[in-house]
Amino acid sequence: MIELIDTERCTGCNICVLACPTNVFAPVAGQAPQIARKDDCQTCFMCEVYCPEDALFVAPYADRAATAAEITTQSQQWLGSYRAAVGWGKGRQSTASDDQSYQLLGRD
Amino acid sequence: MSGIEERVGSREWRADVLIIGGGPAGTWAAISAAAKGASVVLADKGYCGASGATAPSGTAVWYVEPEGPKRHQSKASRYAMGGYLAETAWMDRVLDQTYSNMQTLADWGYPFPLDSEGTQRRISLQGPEYMRLMRKRAKQAGVRILDHSPALQLLTDQDGRVSGASGISRQKNQDWRVEAGAVVIATGGCAFLSRALGCNVLTGDGHLMAAEAGAQFSGMEFSNAYGLCPAFASVTKSAFYKFATFYHADGRVMEGAGSARGRSVIAKALQSEAVYARLDKADADARAHIRLAQPNFILPFDRLGIDPFSQMFPVTLRLEGTVRGTGGLRIVDDQCATSVPGLYAAGDAATRELICGGFTGGGSHNAAWALSSGFWAGAGAAQFAQGNRLANSTHLRGQGGAGLVDARGQQLDPGKLITAVQDEVFPYQRNWFRHGDELQASLGRLDTLWQQVREAAPASGSEQTLRLREATSMLAVSRWMYRSALERTESRGMHRRTDYAGIDSAQRHRVISGGLDDVWTSHERLGPVDEQLLTGQAA
Repeated sequence: MIELIDTERCTGCNICVLACPTNVFAPVAGQAPQIARKDDCQTCFMCEVYCPEDALFVAPYADRAATAAEITTQSQQWLGSYRAAVGWGKGRQSTASDDQSYQLLGRD
Repeated sequence: MSGIEERVGSREWRADVLIIGGGPAGTWAAISAAAKGASVVLADKGYCGASGATAPSGTAVWYVEPEGPKRHQSKASRYAMGGYLAETAWMDRVLDQTYSNMQTLADWGYPFPLDSEGTQRRISLQGPEYMRLMRKRAKQAGVRILDHSPALQLLTDQDGRVSGASGISRQKNQDWRVEAGAVVIATGGCAFLSRALGCNVLTGDGHLMAAEAGAQFSGMEFSNAYGLCPAFASVTKSAFYKFATFYHADGRVMEGAGSARGRSVIAKALQSEAVYARLDKADADARAHIRLAQPNFILPFDRLGIDPFSQMFPVTLRLEGTVRGTGGLRIVDDQCATSVPGLYAAGDAATRELICGGFTGGGSHNAAWALSSGFWAGAGAAQFAQGNRLANSTHLRGQGGAGLVDARGQQLDPGKLITAVQDEVFPYQRNWFRHGDELQASLGRLDTLWQQVREAAPASGSEQTLRLREATSMLAVSRWMYRSALERTESRGMHRRTDYAGIDSAQRHRVISGGLDDVWTSHERLGPVDEQLLTGQAA
């Protein structure tokens, strides 16, 4: 579930507010958005993909909140990693062109 | 055809076609309707581009070159698994349309991978890239997109033609209303808020709205798909578990367990013990390919420091319901019309029995169906709208019932209703393995819940109203599911009856269902078994 908005990185652009399919975030004037409806988070990681500042961290647990220690350790290492893996962001190329599904999946 | 009219100062529009749902099927429908000259409004429950089961994942696509024997093999390979319920003519036209639409995606610049011979390989799509492109193309086609705007009910004219919908725009704190000559339901399947990847927006809202306007369903017994998933995570991508060995907690191999037919062994074991997996059959090449084929498959493991190729991790089966099941709104013609005039259905909201019978086995057929049915439904709706211009004076009536209309009972807690429905549809002993007595018992409880919703006072405020309608939709879907499951007294496709093992050749028909207060089922006859496909499979 969504655990962290890094307020140092966040520019308040509110793209995550728009992109989140389950409307988890609420905008706050002049500040980073608020995680307003965390229970509605479906752990789809789309907010990370859309955040241009790599300011969001979604812990991989689908059914429970992460502990403070888990958030700290994991986010330090993995902030922005999924956006990079998808190849979105300035100076990057979409990794859809590296999709190796055809090597793995048979005709069906 | 006319342009979109907007009533100044309110969120009210008039257009030729309204599309409800902005995943692959909805965006293809929007683009296709616009190409026919229709003005189009698309309302998505979340953000069109990020919303739905496809956007956050990679999906295989049932894309087969027309030349050579491959198409025959591809049709034959799933025919028996689907219980001989697919139709050859529909398989052929979906394969043709998918082939054509994938070419269109290439023309639009979708970056398909190149193989060592420099040929584009088009058997899969990466969700974020694909859906970002679809949103862009829809906007370029002049489609007006309403994000975070769930529909709550359909509108019909005095002749019963579906002529729009109304709902709420969550981020504007305002109601919306679109009057349209025709409506396409592309709201996806129903996964009952199981947190399967990207599926929590898929609560069967379109099913309920369509049923309130009189639409019927087909194949709702094929609704018990469960995706393999790390027990702690949301990533229900089952395909790569073909590289897995499954284990008991003490490290003994779980005999017979597998990602395909062996999934029943896992479902059975999970009722009494934890089940573990390790992707130890993946060689070095496969490991590298998995990472590049599905970046988010590996993401939960990376973040927890688990190497899924060398370490055991606990797995679970999350309900994907009719998202990866095959039942949905009944289609009555080649343009994906429902039995209600002016109402069309596309993607996972519609039945996919036409191309894969009672079993999908993967996202590829659903993805091909979304591309094709969306394309046809959009064009069909545009054509219908051309002959159904709304007069300014037309009086439209909201069709919304349960959870919306004034009733005198106590307000219901949507959260409690959601849990009560989940308690009937999540357990493997009720839904993976079905038994007549259990289905009857569940239906008794679900019918009681329905009665309570009917008598309950409306929720207060738009957020609670939305949540109650979602819960009501899930409840309605569960009743069509289990009534259809009770009707089919055999095991066919993904529908497994422990009291009726095996296929009964006398039941090679479709189970049609519908109704709200009184849920009904009936049968629809099918043409003869395609013997040519069976021969192909034996060869």
